[in-house]
Amino acid sequence: MTLLDIRGLTIRTTDGHTLVDDLSLTIAGGERRGLIGESGSGKSLTTLAVLGLLPDGMTATGSIELAGTQIVGAREKHLTRVRGTDAAIVFQEPLTALDPLMRVGRQIAEPLARRRGLKGAELQRAVARALEQVRLPEPDRIARAFPHEISGGQRQRVALAMALACEPKLLIADEPTTALDVSVQADMLDLIDTLVRERDMAVLFVSHDLAVVARVTDRVLVMKDGRAVEEGDVREIVRRPREEYTAALVASARRLESALDTRRAR
Amino acid sequence: MTQIVRTPHEGPRAASAKRPGRSAVSRRSVTLITGCVLSGMILLLALVSLFWTPYAPDDTSGGRLTGPGAGHLLGTDKLGRDLFTQLMTGSRIAVEAGLGSVLIAAVAGVTLGVLAAFAQGWLDDTLSAFLDILIAFPTLLLAMLIVAARSATLGSAVLAIGLAQSAVVARVVRILVKRVLAQDYITAARTSGTSWPRIVAGHVLPNIWPTLVVNLALQFGLAVLAEAGLSYLGLGAPPPNASWGRMLQEAQATFTTAPAGALAPGVLLVLLVIGVNLVADGLRDTLDPATGRRRS
Repeated sequence: MTLLDIRGLTIRTTDGHTLVDDLSLTIAGGERRGLIGESGSGKSLTTLAVLGLLPDGMTATGSIELAGTQIVGAREKHLTRVRGTDAAIVFQEPLTALDPLMRVGRQIAEPLARRRGLKGAELQRAVARALEQVRLPEPDRIARAFPHEISGGQRQRVALAMALACEPKLLIADEPTTALDVSVQADMLDLIDTLVRERDMAVLFVSHDLAVVARVTDRVLVMKDGRAVEEGDVREIVRRPREEYTAALVASARRLESALDTRRAR
Repeated sequence: MTQIVRTPHEGPRAASAKRPGRSAVSRRSVTLITGCVLSGMILLLALVSLFWTPYAPDDTSGGRLTGPGAGHLLGTDKLGRDLFTQLMTGSRIAVEAGLGSVLIAAVAGVTLGVLAAFAQGWLDDTLSAFLDILIAFPTLLLAMLIVAARSATLGSAVLAIGLAQSAVVARVVRILVKRVLAQDYITAARTSGTSWPRIVAGHVLPNIWPTLVVNLALQFGLAVLAEAGLSYLGLGAPPPNASWGRMLQEAQATFTTAPAGALAPGVLLVLLVIGVNLVADGLRDTLDPATGRRRS
């Protein structure tokens, strides 16, 4: 069953620059897919386009079908229904992705109340459950905290809880570990991996880091300058990259790893 | 694999580390308390004047220009009316003028500002141009127009001041809203399917509120001053409602012989404006939980 079907997606600015060029990508239900490329390669724009959230002044052409709904050219009213339930996004920067003036619990409660019609004590229990499932300690304390009162790793877990609140069929993770400490990154990846497996949810994992993508996905699509360069099984791509650009990405990941190995050996 | 190892980074932090230091808290509350005392004093005068004043506002039995004394706390004006009584009714007019104008400015300004922030293309240009023209148009001229069209009442003055201020508020709100709309948490709210009206009510307005409150308090002070100015020119509340502006104007001629008539309303005017501004300053810090952190 195809969950997300992107065909010939092209994103242009009003002054004629092409940012994403003729991109095609399909994700089946429960599939774990990586999208990898350097900064400015159009990865994040692609994920925003999937939910019809392109910034002002950018237009998408082509076709994006998400769980049977055509996103390109759809009206805001239809998009609102799709967002959060068919697909949800976790962003790179957890501090700015949370409203600084709203207690964490209320931010998670908002979609729960709206989509599932929960109220009062029932809603509070659902919020606590949502925080527990992303392995946050003391969910009641966290729910009462403002975003600036908890740590970066905790904030990203809250953002993940928000994204998962309405049980989306597809979770889009846009560099969810990039802004975190290295030690917290691994925990976060494991958490996403576990939660997604538990729910049989599809994932589109976006990163510039091949090592990170390899950890949580099966197949990857490599993007460069808005174009798809290469697509295939993660192991296959790491072992036998066909394109020069992919080879460079693999080599840089290798260099980093071997540098770490040498240090460990010492 | 499923076992999540919690690193020290993620442990609950000592709450005190994130709070501003003791000195910052006390300095903040000093500002707020001073402001509350100053504006509260005048608010109290205004409230009491609703039920009781030492003399009737138009009681001229006091003898002309008597100095401060036992019978008349601050003396009388050139018509023999009790100055303290006039000061009390004047403070009521001042508070009414400030609240009325700010209410108009807040409702019209926030509505226009939010609309302008969401408007695109020609509509954005038109709204911005309209606001700029309204801001460039002198309040006094607008007031004279409205007074000419209606009559010289407190209502006309408040309407004129409120309209003029709503343009200023709208322009501030437009920029604030645009800045909030560019934030990731708005995109995050949209990705979870929150509709625009809910985003405005739930995320945009609360986030512009701290800055807006400070601005509105500033407008309150300016409105009080503007009303005094209009009354000074005879465009404000008509007699016998003593307003501080008219008291100043009436006492001007006799300032050298009876300075209390001009000093008293002048001092109260300054105290009210300063008081309200201090309240605004203190409020901003307490309303925004993140400000305290940035300041510490």
